[in-house]
Amino acid sequence: MNPLDRSIQIRGLTKEYKKGVPVLKGIDLDIPGDGITAIIGPSGTGKSTLIRCINRLIDPTAGQILFQGQDLAKLSGVPLREARRRIGMVFQEYNLVERLTVMENVLTGRLGYVSAFRAWLRKFPQDDIDEAFALLDAVGLGNFVNQRADGLSGGQRQRVGIARAIMQRPEILLADEPTSSLDPKTSVEIMEIMAEMAGTRNIPIIVNIHNVALAKRFCQRMIGMTGGKVVFNGSPAELTDDHLKEIYGGEDWLE
Amino acid sequence: MSTHAIRRWERFTPEQRFLRFAFYFISVAAIVFSIKNIEVIPEFLYDAPEQLADFFQRMWPMDTAYYQKSVHAALIETLNIATLGTLLSLTMSIPVGIMAARNVVPIKPLNMLAQLILVSSRSVNTLVWALLFIAIFGPGAMAGTMAIAFRSIGFVGKLLGEALEEANRGPIDALTATGAPPTSVFLKGYWPQVMPSFVSIALFRWDINVRESAVLGLVGAGGIGMAMDTAMNLFRWDQVAVVLSTIFVVVIIAEIAVSAIRRRII
Repeated sequence: MNPLDRSIQIRGLTKEYKKGVPVLKGIDLDIPGDGITAIIGPSGTGKSTLIRCINRLIDPTAGQILFQGQDLAKLSGVPLREARRRIGMVFQEYNLVERLTVMENVLTGRLGYVSAFRAWLRKFPQDDIDEAFALLDAVGLGNFVNQRADGLSGGQRQRVGIARAIMQRPEILLADEPTSSLDPKTSVEIMEIMAEMAGTRNIPIIVNIHNVALAKRFCQRMIGMTGGKVVFNGSPAELTDDHLKEIYGGEDWLE
Repeated sequence: MSTHAIRRWERFTPEQRFLRFAFYFISVAAIVFSIKNIEVIPEFLYDAPEQLADFFQRMWPMDTAYYQKSVHAALIETLNIATLGTLLSLTMSIPVGIMAARNVVPIKPLNMLAQLILVSSRSVNTLVWALLFIAIFGPGAMAGTMAIAFRSIGFVGKLLGEALEEANRGPIDALTATGAPPTSVFLKGYWPQVMPSFVSIALFRWDINVRESAVLGLVGAGGIGMAMDTAMNLFRWDQVAVVLSTIFVVVIIAEIAVSAIRRRII
C-alpha cells in the first residue's frame, strides 16, 4: 500500500433508502488520486449519495469503498472518525455554524484533532491558528476573521467552507455541488480557489456539479451518472453531446 | 369543439366536512356539559359584583407600613428561591434535555427514559412538589427551592430537547465530516444553534418561578406567600393588597429585564 496513493476504488456500491428501491445500483468506479474529478448527472440520480457514502455521512447498503487499503464502507467508531479527518468536504449550502465567527468556523476543521475540552475553551494550538489566518488570507477573507458567519454573502461563506475543509489537511476533498447556490461569476471564483488550494497541496477533488461547462473547464476527469449507474467515465474532451443525451435524457436543452 | 367538463373544486371532502362539524359539535357540547357540571350557584353569581366592590374597599387604602415590616424580607427570600431553584433545575435539565433529543442521542431507550423524567417532573404541580419536600426538609425556603427546581426540569428539558431537534442538520453534517468526536459536534454544532433558545427558556422559566414561588408560602415553603397567608388568615385585606401589588411590580420588572436580555443575546 502506497500511503501517497490517494485514489479511491469503489466496488459494487449500493444504497437503498427504502428496501428494494436502490438509489445507487452497484457502482464500480476508480477515482484517480490526483486532479479534479467531476460527477455530473440529473438531480436525484444519486450523485450526492455517492459522495456522502465516501465519508459515511450516509451508510451504504452494500459494496466497498477502498482508500489506502481501508474499506471505508466497513468502518465505525474511532477508525471511522480517523478516516473522516483525512477527507475534507465542501457543501452546497456551505453548512457553516451561523452564530460562530469566521475564524471559529475555520478552526472547526481541526475538531478531529483537538480535544472537545480544548475546543470548548477555544484553546486551539498556535499552529492551527497560524494556518487558519493564512488560509483566510488566501481565500480573501483576511479582514473578516471576527465577523459572524451569518453576516456573510454566499460566495464568502463558501470561501470559509473551503478554508474549513483545507484546515483538516485532508488527503482528499469532496465537494457536493459547491457552486449550485452561487451566481455564475462567483461559481468560477469558487472553483478557481478550490482548484488552486487542492492543486498546490496535491489533494484530489471529487466534485458533484450541475454546470457541465464549468466541469469541463476545471476537471481532468468526468463521470456521468444516470439512474444510479455510471454511464460515462473519461476525460472532458471525450464527453460528447451523445453522452450528455444519455446522461440527462432528451436533447432540447443542448445548445 | 372540445367540451370541457365542469371542474368542481371543494376544499374538504364530505368526510372531512362531517369530521369538522362533529368536532365543533363536541366542543360546544363539552362546554355546556362543563357549565352544568360545576354547579354554579346563581345567588352567589348575582351578588359577585357587590362582593368584588366590597373586597376592593377592604383592600384600600393599603397598609404600606406592612411592606417594611414583613413583605420586604419575604420578597428577597422569594427571589432567592426562584433564582436558586432555576439554576439548580438548569444543571439537571441540560443532560435530560439532551438525552430527550432524538437526533443528538439516537438511542430509543434513552430518549424514552428522558421523556419519562420530563413528564414526571411536569405532571406534579409545584405546590405538590413543595409538600413532598416539606416532608423531607421541613418547612422553609429549602423545600421551596427544591420544589421549584424539580418542577422546572420538565419545562426546561422539554423545550431544550425540542430546540435541539429543530437544529439545522447542515452544520452537524459538516462537523461530523471533519472527524470530530460527538462531544465536539455537540459543543460546536448543536450548542451555538440552541444557545439563544436556551437562554430564552431559562429566563422565561425564572420569570414563571418568581410567580410560582410567591404562592409556595401558602403551603409553608417560604417566601412572600407566607406573608400573604398570614395576612389572609387575619382578614387583613389591606396587607394582602400590599403583597399582591409587590408581586405585580416584581413580575413587571422581571418581564422588562428578561426581554432586554433576550434582545441582546440573539
